[in-house]
Amino acid sequence: MANTKEIIVTPIFKNNPIALQVLGVCSALAVTTNMNNAVVMTLAVVAVAAFSNLFVSVIRSHIPSNIRIIVQMTIIASLVIVVDQILKAVAYDVSKQLSVFVGLIITNCIILGRAEAFAMKNPPIPSFIDGVGNGLGYGMVLLFVAFFRELFGAGSLFGIEILPLVTNGGWYYSNGLFLLPPSAFFLIGILIWAIRTWYPEQVEKPEFVIAPNTSKEGV
Amino acid sequence: MSSNNDSIGKTVTVALLLCVICSVVVSAAAVLLKPMQQYNQDQDRKSNILRAAGITDPSKSVDELFSQITTRIVDMETGEFVDGRPEAEDFRRAAGDPALSSALDRRTDIASIKRQPRYMPVYMVEDASGAIETLILPVYGYGLWSTMYGFLALEGDLNTVAGLGFYEHAETPGLGGEIDNPSWKASWQGKRIYAGEDTSRPSLQVVKGVVDTSLAGAEYRIDGLAGATLTANGVTNMIRFWLGESGFGPLVANLRAAQGAAAEAEVELESDEDLDAADDSEALSADVDATEEV
Repeated sequence: MANTKEIIVTPIFKNNPIALQVLGVCSALAVTTNMNNAVVMTLAVVAVAAFSNLFVSVIRSHIPSNIRIIVQMTIIASLVIVVDQILKAVAYDVSKQLSVFVGLIITNCIILGRAEAFAMKNPPIPSFIDGVGNGLGYGMVLLFVAFFRELFGAGSLFGIEILPLVTNGGWYYSNGLFLLPPSAFFLIGILIWAIRTWYPEQVEKPEFVIAPNTSKEGV
Repeated sequence: MSSNNDSIGKTVTVALLLCVICSVVVSAAAVLLKPMQQYNQDQDRKSNILRAAGITDPSKSVDELFSQITTRIVDMETGEFVDGRPEAEDFRRAAGDPALSSALDRRTDIASIKRQPRYMPVYMVEDASGAIETLILPVYGYGLWSTMYGFLALEGDLNTVAGLGFYEHAETPGLGGEIDNPSWKASWQGKRIYAGEDTSRPSLQVVKGVVDTSLAGAEYRIDGLAGATLTANGVTNMIRFWLGESGFGPLVANLRAAQGAAAEAEVELESDEDLDAADDSEALSADVDATEEV
């Protein structure tokens, strides 16, 4: 069995759920307009991923294989509802901004993927750590994207003004594109490119080779 | 995994046990956290009322600021204030109670709210003499996906919009959800509800596209939201319903009548005051002359 540090660090850079596996991109576009949302979303996903892995792993030897996905989903869904309720109780403003996206953690492929791929085959403690690691890997990308989107889109970080906006008498013209979902695509793309330059073994083999240009023969 | 895990008995047992445990956990979380959530919602509602009225002061708590607001209960049929119905403040519960609400027929129910509470709360900011400075009305209606709950604040003339704010809706984030956009909400300020004296038919509406301010009637029109026509129609219907004859129209008419009566009384008072003031200024200039001589 791999050691604890490896389980927790690998999904952050080497095997990042968003950057390598390209999972959970939808919510990464939606909740990254500012750092506050990204941090709360990260915590929520870490909690759900860790505990769903833990509980799935605890009962893994009793889960009938024909209903195992439903069992995993039930556990995940219950945890997400609990997290949503807690957010509404302690961080009402943030939970209002995150609105449906907390509920949509249920459909985040990262969580079901880790429950099925890791927790079903490993003991509870490593499973829990694997959940934390993958949640952090997801959160790392979220924070990276949110950092640039909030800084260039709104001129602030965590709501604190960094680049004074022209509208507030400063010098910075905010770039509205960064507040729209497409900018997250660009940023995630750039991040994936950077990580794959760092770890060239992550580059996938092309599924087909582009044929040479045949325009001359066509004439 | 042992093979007997897949037997029907084991499958049913695991499924049942899991469902029971999960439902206990979920309901426990919901029940235990309810008081905190309600407190948050209550604070949020109060701060929404304050924001719709344009009262903000970061140094004071929501409860402190809210103390300057008077809550009154209105009988929706007569448009008169009534006393001693504190339970009516929870108008959403009242709307579901047949004893406290009435069903709307399809023709009247333009905001698609199905039942209308008999009594509704309104919130007022009054000046020292008791005249209304801001009247804050709770409004709600169906958008595209959800019922949108909000507050509309009117200025003392009971015609000019002072502010608008929604505190609960589930419209598409980025499209219909833009009803929360501060700059769109700011575009409501200074718009007018009624074109004339008649308070049964409000003229204010959200249009498609941008309002051409050079045309007549621009003060009754509000810029549309791109990609959210149905939500915007819902907002228009909500305003039409709640400020129309089945909504707060009768109340506004009554309050205006009261204002008219008060204004007439004031005119008489003022003419007396003018005379006094004239005397004062003469006396003052006499004083000035006196000092110059010294």
